[in-house]
Amino acid sequence: MKSRFGSPLLDAAIRLLVPFMWLFATYVLIHGHDSPGGGFQAGVILAASIILLRLVRGRDRVSALTSHDALMLACIGPLLYGGIGFASLLFGGNFLDYGVLPLPMEPAEVRVIGTLGIEAGVMVGVAGVLVLIFDILAWVDNDTV
Amino acid sequence: MIERVGLLLLAPGFVVLLQAAADLPRVGDGASATFTHVAAHYIDHAHEQTGAPNFVTAVLADYRGFDTFGELIVIFTAGVGCLLILGTKDDGPPPPDEGKA
Repeated sequence: MKSRFGSPLLDAAIRLLVPFMWLFATYVLIHGHDSPGGGFQAGVILAASIILLRLVRGRDRVSALTSHDALMLACIGPLLYGGIGFASLLFGGNFLDYGVLPLPMEPAEVRVIGTLGIEAGVMVGVAGVLVLIFDILAWVDNDTV
Repeated sequence: MIERVGLLLLAPGFVVLLQAAADLPRVGDGASATFTHVAAHYIDHAHEQTGAPNFVTAVLADYRGFDTFGELIVIFTAGVGCLLILGTKDDGPPPPDEGKA
């Protein structure tokens, strides 16, 4: 399917826009600790940038993230989150009690790192699922995955 | 007919819910149960226990981390559901009226 929206102008515009969207997603993820934001929002911004790429460039020139990659990301997110949860079980804490992880830091700082880890899992999972749903709905007549 | 019977059956439930709503605490009432159990502990200890300057984050990702895990699983399930319903190559047997159209 050729994209009906593509043009050199749009192409130039997204070349400018997408890197900043990725930067902003990273900012929202990391700064979500101190301000509104976090994994869900960062994942949505990341997915929006990738969906924008798909809208402008069409199916044949998808290079950022194929549907298969999106499915992988959607699975990696919950795995990362649950993995951190089970890792803290292994080190003698409760499920998701990631303060017990053996990192060379203060306990509160370990919790900050653990929070960042699970938020990253949320971001990856949300971005993957949203791109995957977009692909399925947009290209439902083709072999999607 | 059956819809009217349904409405009649719903009416007592609605009345009970309205009755219960009258007993809900006022919004922002500091003496209500919501604000007197764990909330005070979160506000007092969130910073030193979790290192998060923002205790919305501390509650969301740390104290209620299991809840957030469930939210992520809900989103994951939505994606997998879409994939299983719409995204498969094999559509099964064609619908019976395909040949006529």
